[in-house]
Amino acid sequence: MTIASALALILALLLVAIAAWTIAARQTFAAVVGFVAYGLLLSIGWVALSAIDVALTEAAIGSGLTGVLLIGAAARLRTTEAALSAERPGAPLRWLAAAASVAVAGAIAIGVLSLPDPAPTLAPAVAEHLPSIGLGNAVTAVLLAYRGIDTLLESIVVVFALIGVWSLAPDHLWGGYPGPRQYADPNGILAYLARVLPPIGIIVGLYIFWVGADLPGGKFQGATILAAMWLLAIMAGLADAPPISRTWLRILLVAGPLLFIAIGFAGALTAGAVLAYPDGYAKLLIKVIEAALVPTLTLTLALLVAGAPERTAPP
Amino acid sequence: MNVPTLFGLCAAALVGLGLYGVITNPQPLRKILAFNLIGNGVFLLFGAIARRGTAAGFGGDPVPHGLLITGIVVAFSATALAVALLLRLFQATGTATLADDQPTSVESDNRDPYQVAEKLGVLRRAQSPP
Repeated sequence: MTIASALALILALLLVAIAAWTIAARQTFAAVVGFVAYGLLLSIGWVALSAIDVALTEAAIGSGLTGVLLIGAAARLRTTEAALSAERPGAPLRWLAAAASVAVAGAIAIGVLSLPDPAPTLAPAVAEHLPSIGLGNAVTAVLLAYRGIDTLLESIVVVFALIGVWSLAPDHLWGGYPGPRQYADPNGILAYLARVLPPIGIIVGLYIFWVGADLPGGKFQGATILAAMWLLAIMAGLADAPPISRTWLRILLVAGPLLFIAIGFAGALTAGAVLAYPDGYAKLLIKVIEAALVPTLTLTLALLVAGAPERTAPP
Repeated sequence: MNVPTLFGLCAAALVGLGLYGVITNPQPLRKILAFNLIGNGVFLLFGAIARRGTAAGFGGDPVPHGLLITGIVVAFSATALAVALLLRLFQATGTATLADDQPTSVESDNRDPYQVAEKLGVLRRAQSPP
């Protein structure tokens, strides 16, 4: 066994152990903290699988933003925990659930062990057409050229999710500020970090977006870092999320997907197919689309964490 | 055992653990967390399959990698929507139970006295404002 596969084995065992802990832990807060640690380990697992772009996304969104969201919810729901744990199902149902879970996991494991050899792959097809797009990062090429429709629909789905979250507001709070107003000690460590980190984080976020054309990175990862910096300032009480009735906010939220749709349909006229790019302009158009999606994604991801409106709108 | 198979089996274990958590844990937030474990398991399985498709100088098949990034972002959106629904349930009823025999109470945060009164059946239609 080489050192790399030994490390992979330790990593896989740790992942399963922490996942089991997040299921078994008595306190929800502890389980959520375990989930964040698990997400960071999982992103190391993605590196072990040579999926650097996925590792960045997992660390930023899967572990980071999801972690913030769940920790916030766990803190607010703490008072309900005691009453709810009394509703725990009895032993027969738990054994039945365990049997069903083992059966499903076993079926997947059998599938994993009997995967076809040689494995099917689309990598040669991607490599063949990569020069015509002019991008160095094959994953970005997949996201915005070969599977552009997925990315277009995804950029719409996140906005729909935000509309869904906002629509949960009671009538008299519609148009108001999302979430509770955050307060922190203005001389505390959180406020200090919220002043020191954003300038660095904004540079890192923009850099990760920009290098996404040729190196691991891209708009999702970059936008998540930008959203995290904004959320940090909000949590430290230095800034506040805008009321959801703001016109500039709504324009920015739909601008990215609308430009993506416009360029996509323009492809039908200039390149013969929807979401196709004319020869020689692929890289330029892809960067334009990504640049337009960054503000949309930053606002959407941060406001998804901020939640439904809970304070009345300004007059 | 090679690395993709190892992570494939790890993915199977994650799906199993998540499924058990979704069924047995009565707290909705823990169900959301467990559901994320199932999602991670599915993603990891897909990643292991992508790693097996190493070719043309890539460390793995880039097509699944692109789809995985899409998947992770969509999973986050769904989680955010689920958490928002849960917090709204808590605000409206003061509890977060999914049991269907719980009495539904009037919204505690509804500051419009007319709406509260209407829900309580205090007001008649004839008294409604123009």
